Amino acid sequence: MSNFLPIQIIFAVFLLFAASRVWLRLKDGSLNVISFIFWFGLFILALIGVFEPELTSIVAQKVGINRGSDAVIYASIILLFYLIFRTNILLENLRHDLTQLVRLISLQSKK
Amino acid sequence: MKLLIILPAFNEATVIIPVIRQLKAVGKTLPVDSQICVVNDGSTDKTAAVCEAEKVVVLSHLINCGLGASLATGLAYARRNNFDFAITIDSDGQHDPHDLIHLLKPLMKGKADVVIGSRMLVKNNQMPWLRQLNNHLFNWLTYFFFQVKTSDSLSGFRGFNRRAIQLIKLKTERMEVSNEFFSEINRNHLRFIEVSIKVIYTEYSLAKGVKPGTVFAIIFRLLLRLVR
Repeated sequence: MSNFLPIQIIFAVFLLFAASRVWLRLKDGSLNVISFIFWFGLFILALIGVFEPELTSIVAQKVGINRGSDAVIYASIILLFYLIFRTNILLENLRHDLTQLVRLISLQSKK
Repeated sequence: MKLLIILPAFNEATVIIPVIRQLKAVGKTLPVDSQICVVNDGSTDKTAAVCEAEKVVVLSHLINCGLGASLATGLAYARRNNFDFAITIDSDGQHDPHDLIHLLKPLMKGKADVVIGSRMLVKNNQMPWLRQLNNHLFNWLTYFFFQVKTSDSLSGFRGFNRRAIQLIKLKTERMEVSNEFFSEINRNHLRFIEVSIKVIYTEYSLAKGVKPGTVFAIIFRLLLRLVR
């Protein structure tokens, strides 16, 4: 444990906390199995990357990036863009559902 | 035969009454029975009250949902009440109610399922150049996304026959609905024509509508609609 840098400990604690939240969301039924595998897998992979940074460098060199930390940042940016996009779709769907409810109320008031 | 005239309205209490009165007067001259339906989109002013005083149908959204949501509510009312035709018209007074007959005729003669009142077919039209540029951009985008050629994709003056009223299902809630109508025309293989309409620009009407700054937001939401 004494060989680890403080930043590695901080990241590891945060990632374990995040993974535990994912597990709890699966248990209370608010997350389906596919989402659980995605998020749990993501946090575990990140945890492995924190303790074995040379592994990220191996992956980075295979895809043509020199440093492992660069590969992590690129992957994070792509993931964030995708998640923002998914969130937007979710918001639009919620808005659509809300509008349908508002429409139904307005039409029923004219019956 | 029955025609429903749909007016989407959000905080239009100061301008909507003359529009309703003109529509009532013109409605009496039409070869069909007409009914006016104001969709009050969560207005915070007295739009609903002043329209109810005019003895027209008022459908009130409890919250502001947007132009597209209002038009979809109007079309849903037309479907539920078995109207033969529906025409949407702006409630800010920029359209001339006397043009109603020009939209209605092709529908009655069975020449089209959807008729768009185009402001661009008038020679020397008074549309400000920035709006013309905006309109051209959206016409091009409409063709790019939905393969329908139009001279005025942002027009709010549109007519529908019973087939179109039944088939058109709008998914977008805000200004992008103008372009979504063309997606529905394409998806449902509806016959579509354009007729020339007059447009009356006032400071009030110029302050509303699609602005160049909202172009990217509209494109983004149209894309979201495609993948949703």
